[in-house]
Amino acid sequence: MIMGFADPFDTLLDLQRSLEASLASDWLQDLTTSRGPFPPINVFQQGDDILAIIELPGVNKSDLQIQAKDNSIRIFGKKTVDYPEEASLHRRERASGEFDRTLSVPVQIDSNGIRAEYRDGILAVFLPRAESDKPRSIKIT
Amino acid sequence: MASRKELQVAQKRELEKKEETTIPARIFVPDADIYETKDGLNVVLEMPGVDKNSVDVRVEDDVLKVDGKLDFSKYRGLQPVYTEYNVGHFSRSFRLFGTIDQSKIAAELKDGVLSLMLPLAEKAKPRAIQVN
Repeated sequence: MIMGFADPFDTLLDLQRSLEASLASDWLQDLTTSRGPFPPINVFQQGDDILAIIELPGVNKSDLQIQAKDNSIRIFGKKTVDYPEEASLHRRERASGEFDRTLSVPVQIDSNGIRAEYRDGILAVFLPRAESDKPRSIKIT
Repeated sequence: MASRKELQVAQKRELEKKEETTIPARIFVPDADIYETKDGLNVVLEMPGVDKNSVDVRVEDDVLKVDGKLDFSKYRGLQPVYTEYNVGHFSRSFRLFGTIDQSKIAAELKDGVLSLMLPLAEKAKPRAIQVN
C-alpha cells in the first residue's frame, strides 16, 4: 500500500508532536519580554499572518486588556479565583493573580488589523502582517 | 507597593492511564479546586479550549469522572513557530465519599472553567440530635 502525504494535523498526536517540536524555537529571538511567564503563549503562522493562541481559563473579559504598538502586543490583566465564605478547601491548584506579558514578533504588523477573541478560556490574537513587510516578486525585464 | 505574587505557569500534567487508549495522543489532567460547603462538594476544573458540548461528567461507583474533548480541527492550516504549551484532551477522576445525591449534580462551563456542584445526599447532612 502506498501511504499518501497526510495532513500534519490529521491526528491529535501529530499536532502534539508539532507543538513539541517548536518548544525550543528561537523564532522570537528573545524579543518577548515578560513579567512572569503567565499566561503561556503559542504562536502560529497562518499564511502570511501570525496567530497567537493564549491559554487563559477563567478570566473575565473585563479583566483582560490588550495593547498593540509596532510589532508588539501587551496582554495584561488579572485572574481571580473566588471561594464562598465558610467553605472548607480540599484542593487548591488553580492559579490566580495579576499578569503582564508582552509578545514581540519579528515581522511588521498592521496594527489596525489586529483582532482578538476570547472564547472557552482561550485568547486568540490575530496579527496581520503589514503589506510593506510581505515579500514582493520582482518582475524581470 | 505591596509585594505581588508572580503568576507562574504550572507544567501540564499528563494523565496516568489505567488502560491504554486506542488513540495514541496525550491526555492532560485539568487543574482543579475542590471545596466543601454546607450544601455539598464543589469541584472546579480548568479546561481551556473545551466547549460545553464536549464535556462528559459521570459518577460511577463513587468515582467522579470528567472528560473534556478539545476540538483540534481549529489548528488546521496553522504552522507552529513558537510554543510554550501543548494541547490535548482533558481527563480526571476523583473518588467520592459516597454521600452525593447523584441526581442533583449541577454543572456550568464558563470561559474554559467547569464548575460542578455535587449536593450532599439528605441522609449525609449533619443532623442535630435533641437531648432529652
